[in-house]
Amino acid sequence: MHHHGAGEDNWVLGGAADGVFRIGLVIGILGLAASFFLGFGQGNVERFYSAWLVSFGFFLAMSLGALFFVLAQHLTGATWSVVVRRLAEAVSTNLGLMLIFFIPVALGLKTLYPWADPEVMAHDALLQSKQGFLNTNFFYIRTAIYFVVWIAASQYFFRRSVSQDETGSVGTTLGLEKTAAPVTLLFAVTTTFASFDYFMSLEPHWFSTMFGVYYFAGSLFSFFAFLPLMVIFAQSKGRAVHTITKEHFHDMGKWMFAFTVFWAYIGFSQYFLIWYANIPEETGWFYVRQNNGWATISWLMLIGHFIIPFFGLLPRWVKKTRMTLVVWAIWMLAMHWFDLFWLIVPNANPNGIPWHPLYLTCFLGIGGIYFATIALTLKNKSMIPAKDPRLPDSLAFENV
Amino acid sequence: MSVAENRVATDKPSFFGYLVEFDNVDSLIHAAEKVRDAGYTNWDAHTPFPVHGMDRAMGIRYTKLPLVILGGGLTGLGGALLMQWWMNAVNYPYIISGKPFWSIPANIPVMFELTVLFSALTTVFGMLAFNKLPQWRHGVFSSARFARATDDRFFISVEATDPKFDAKKTADFLAGLGGSEVEALED
Repeated sequence: MHHHGAGEDNWVLGGAADGVFRIGLVIGILGLAASFFLGFGQGNVERFYSAWLVSFGFFLAMSLGALFFVLAQHLTGATWSVVVRRLAEAVSTNLGLMLIFFIPVALGLKTLYPWADPEVMAHDALLQSKQGFLNTNFFYIRTAIYFVVWIAASQYFFRRSVSQDETGSVGTTLGLEKTAAPVTLLFAVTTTFASFDYFMSLEPHWFSTMFGVYYFAGSLFSFFAFLPLMVIFAQSKGRAVHTITKEHFHDMGKWMFAFTVFWAYIGFSQYFLIWYANIPEETGWFYVRQNNGWATISWLMLIGHFIIPFFGLLPRWVKKTRMTLVVWAIWMLAMHWFDLFWLIVPNANPNGIPWHPLYLTCFLGIGGIYFATIALTLKNKSMIPAKDPRLPDSLAFENV
Repeated sequence: MSVAENRVATDKPSFFGYLVEFDNVDSLIHAAEKVRDAGYTNWDAHTPFPVHGMDRAMGIRYTKLPLVILGGGLTGLGGALLMQWWMNAVNYPYIISGKPFWSIPANIPVMFELTVLFSALTTVFGMLAFNKLPQWRHGVFSSARFARATDDRFFISVEATDPKFDAKKTADFLAGLGGSEVEALED
């Protein structure tokens, strides 16, 4: 039987988390210092905000993906995923950290968003007609609502789950199942509007009702790539070695594959209708992304974000082998970064790709702190929901 | 030709193989491992529900079906592209929405749908073909006890066509597996 030995497994990261915390913190602080220096010390303020928003969007997506994963597991009463749910809960609680990382976005509001600049607004009749929604005050009110919902939801699901490690109460599981339904609705609305606000309104003339789903698809794409990496890291430190088996990796691999396809489906759906209708106010957004070097990134999205990982993740053995999953997970995370780069940067830089070290330093700065915080969250807690009533089923899980 | 006529037309019932019955999963799995290790290839286990670990216990290699499905899917993909190219650009050129006669973006939804359709049909019919289904009759049904294979009993059948099969030795071997009496099956 598969679960022999799971009982003797070490489920607490402890010292292994210390290492990640220290390295993450050092990389994070150096990355942030380099970013502030390059941005404000060397007068690349516009580039700083652009690069910051790309990495903000990247890590926000990952935590939102994690929150949705937790909600979906409770909604469906899933058993296979119990052994990896605590890791997802920890990633989702980083939504609190993302609120701190929102501060530079707020400081750069005028630089990033044309609608936040009174000069632009004064001469643009189209934007004036959208002013009821696209104005600074309402933008901050909405941001407050998003983060209240996200932080409350992620903390609630994490803390209830951790409290169950002590109590073993079945009532906790049943309660979370009920709560998950309305919270999923709130999640859908807040994530959709947040993607409209933070990323779609960078080009405020343009609109796409598909945009929210596109960002959501990318968020799960990146989270499902990150999840097996966390497990493999923990197992390399001798944690949960017999608890999380090949069968669980197989399922995580299926999710990576599924959201590779879902992302492409949504991305094409958005492109297709705009291409077919061929209305200038809609096609302008893609026109920018097909010219002056941006076409390269567009092709990278089609081929690198979809076709290559589609065939790469298709065979069953790839999804059951830790090494191949690591390779594809890193590939997918890189592609997801380029997806956000492609989403955020072109409209302010239609004349060419503005390569700049700030894109790297902001990623390292936010990322280092992000990973350090996850390590801190998990350090002294069981990385497995030890008394979840569905844990025995999850431990014994096998794909038929 | 009906099944009854078929039986009359061929000959008297012939010897099909042996059947042995178990009353729980564990003894079935242990017995299956022994049959596997004894080198039999033309045999089967029959259970009322899917049993985890049965594939390993029987030494069944993973199915080649996914490769066939990949072929089916790619056929659907290519076929859809070819069909639309021929219809829109060759056989009946017609300007739609100011696009070129042959516009790949417009073809993608149909390519997607036919990929899914061909993959799904290949899955179903490939599964049936690999399992040699449908079969109108099978030797195990000559046993009255075998009806309980869909209820609460577990069986192993070894066919006489197996290269390792020997009427005497195989019967003795099966009798030593811890199941019921060995029953001879007719075809």
